[in-house]
Amino acid sequence: MSTEFEPKILAFVCNWCTYAGADLTGTSRIKYASNVKIVRFPCTGRIDFMLLLKAFANGSDGVIVSGCHPNDCHYTSGNFHARRRWMLFRGLLDFLGVDVRRIQFSWVSAAEGAKWAEVVNKTVADVRALGPYAEYKKAAKFLAGNEDVLLKAQEVAL
Amino acid sequence: MNELRSKVKALLGSSEIDLFVGYEQGTRLPRPLLAASAEDADKLIFDERCTGNLAVYLTRKDLMGGKKAGIAASYYALRSICRLIDENQLQDGATKIFALTPQGALTSLETIADVKQLLQETPAPAKQVEDAWVQEVEEMPAAERWKFWTGELAKCFKCYACRAACPMCYCTRCIVEVNRPQWLQPWAATLSNMEWQINRVMHMAGRCADCGACGAACPLGLPVHIIAHKMVQMVRQHFGEPADKGATLSTFDPSDKENFIR
Repeated sequence: MSTEFEPKILAFVCNWCTYAGADLTGTSRIKYASNVKIVRFPCTGRIDFMLLLKAFANGSDGVIVSGCHPNDCHYTSGNFHARRRWMLFRGLLDFLGVDVRRIQFSWVSAAEGAKWAEVVNKTVADVRALGPYAEYKKAAKFLAGNEDVLLKAQEVAL
Repeated sequence: MNELRSKVKALLGSSEIDLFVGYEQGTRLPRPLLAASAEDADKLIFDERCTGNLAVYLTRKDLMGGKKAGIAASYYALRSICRLIDENQLQDGATKIFALTPQGALTSLETIADVKQLLQETPAPAKQVEDAWVQEVEEMPAAERWKFWTGELAKCFKCYACRAACPMCYCTRCIVEVNRPQWLQPWAATLSNMEWQINRVMHMAGRCADCGACGAACPLGLPVHIIAHKMVQMVRQHFGEPADKGATLSTFDPSDKENFIR
């Protein structure tokens, strides 16, 4: 069995462009890395920044966020709002020392099946080179390791 | 000082206001005073040492419920008041606002237009300490920044004093109290402390007056206001000064420039 590190990548994509684009990748029989798990959202504007943090806390090594190109949003302006949010969020994470190289933002339209494969392959390659996101998990593990103790403490209080 | 006292006493006496939020002399620094009577009003002080952001009291429904209030507003309190009026949390013209002009004279402000006028005339207090902090953190390599912030926030025991001190944190149901879904683990742990600060500061984007009350309120002296200050810097860098209406994140500009979306 290979012991090579296989990164876990979670992709948050919008229903109208990137999800359809990823569909096209499949129907075009383009092969791409299988490390990615896709979560479909109505719009990039719906993708809460907390979801990205939860992805990391629950074991993702990398995250892809993708939606319609600017001016192509199904809801006219969802991706513009999302872009503003990502600009600030990414800067904030960088300031706090979260590894922003593990978050890939991209615009993939419904016609860009090949681009989706490219985005996934590049992200997987980048994250594989970076290795598992141990720092974040270490911080998250503190919770996991202490859940029993904390629950017991709550029982006594009740 | 006497001018403010007599004016507040007159307002309280004529029942134009029920409560005045001002400063009194503390042990070392001025501290907040909620004056409801003439005796209280005699303790009021107001000078350049009074920098705390008292606008937070105007958002507390348990305190203000139905009362007409007046306030002695510092520079940052004025900025917060502007935002609160923009966000329909305060009624324009309902609060008697007293402020100091750049020359140090007492002035009374009736409407948001007056407040904005004074803010334009008053130079923003320098933020050298905060700027230096931000620069120092930015110069660290990313791994060290993570170590620094997790190290600091590992000490946080989630008292939410940073939230209580903030005039913009007025939600009656905060994200940390929501448990469906449970976005943040309620107990104090490094990661959820980090997540709490990220949430807090993201929700402040373009709304934060940069008063530093969150950091001043922290009983452990954690530099949480530095994160907020960084956010203010980023908003200014990307989107310019926050617009009058609409917070930064509830609006957009098709020509917003970024360099990381491929």
